[in-house]
Amino acid sequence: MLQADWNPQGGFSFKNCQRNAFLESSLKGLRVPHARKTGTTIAGLVFQDGVILGADTRATNDSVVADKNCEKIHFIAPNIYCCGAGVAADAEMTTQMMASNMELHALSTGRKPRVVTVTRMLRQMLFRYQGHIGASLIVGGVDITGPLLYSVHPHGSYSRLLFTALGSGQEAAISVLEDRFKPNMTLEEGQQLIVEAVTAGILDDLGSGSNVDMCVITQAGAKIQRAVSTPAVISKRQGKYRYPKGTTAVMKETVTPLALEMIEETVQTMEVE
Amino acid sequence: MNTRGLGSQLKDSISVSELSASSPFGNHDILRRGFSCVKNELLPSHPLELSEKNFQLNQDKMNFSTLRNIQGLYAPLKLQMEFKAVKQVQRLPFLQSSNLSLDILRGSDESIGFEDILNDCIFVCFLDPSQSEIMGEPHMMMEYKLGLL
Repeated sequence: MLQADWNPQGGFSFKNCQRNAFLESSLKGLRVPHARKTGTTIAGLVFQDGVILGADTRATNDSVVADKNCEKIHFIAPNIYCCGAGVAADAEMTTQMMASNMELHALSTGRKPRVVTVTRMLRQMLFRYQGHIGASLIVGGVDITGPLLYSVHPHGSYSRLLFTALGSGQEAAISVLEDRFKPNMTLEEGQQLIVEAVTAGILDDLGSGSNVDMCVITQAGAKIQRAVSTPAVISKRQGKYRYPKGTTAVMKETVTPLALEMIEETVQTMEVE
Repeated sequence: MNTRGLGSQLKDSISVSELSASSPFGNHDILRRGFSCVKNELLPSHPLELSEKNFQLNQDKMNFSTLRNIQGLYAPLKLQMEFKAVKQVQRLPFLQSSNLSLDILRGSDESIGFEDILNDCIFVCFLDPSQSEIMGEPHMMMEYKLGLL
């Protein structure tokens, strides 16, 4: 009963995993609750003065839209922002922890935070949890070494790129980016291209939708614009589908009265002003 | 589940409280863990369970062996001596210590991880009745420590 080493560990607890596996195997019709995924299109590119990040704003829960206007561009440092795709809670908690750790690190080293530091911390954490934390992130920022854009995947791999897109709508977005990207674009061209790329993801992917959010990061600072464009306007119905009464011919009609007797009658007056 | 190298996945110790399924003060074995079965006790219930339990230990080992390769034997020896000294600074036997010096030595006083956010240990022993049992009787533990038992 007395344990010699009383050393409780915080962090993840696996106490219920066995119970969950047992419940799943013994109750046949059980629908296990799933984590809400973002079903996203996120994109980023490097232009001549810095980095532009773009994201859609829909969060899905299997095939239902859970949030029509969620924020997918997360703050990490005043000069570094991060778009998150994958499981919504994982991306949110991961980026919040990264922001806190970057602030502590900057205070401890006395230097402004760098994009490579964020990427390395993210990679090490995601690899430690072997992909069970389902967060795909695009990290972009401008630091002392210049503008940088990295994409990090749930298992811990990363790439440094000039333009990238992640999420369920990544194919549509990456095809637009591949077609029209040029190095050293101006701000207006870059903004236009990001909006087009995320719009392509919104229109072609069911998991992405609502508006396009954008974040422009330069040496001077970062600026977030929510709902830069709303590509998907709900269209008007083209025709009416109600059939007039009498369209279907009635062949036979039978009326069966139900024998009911009144047992009790109560009248409750409602106070109406 | 990965059955290759099952031996490497066994938990190396089973805490005594889990084996007693029918003790009068015992835990709800059947509700939380299903029927007691040796396989459930020995094999991990999640692929990450073992690696997370030993994570800090493995990190320390890796860091010490790197340090030994770079700076020679004395550097990790001295650090391990400091670790041991700092681990001895504890409170009374039934209370949990914050291990501040240990955190400073490890460098984890300047970073925030999941162990600070989830299942923060300060609150665990008061909320979860099965774990406050592990805390033990204060008087008994003090008598045991002072050798009066």
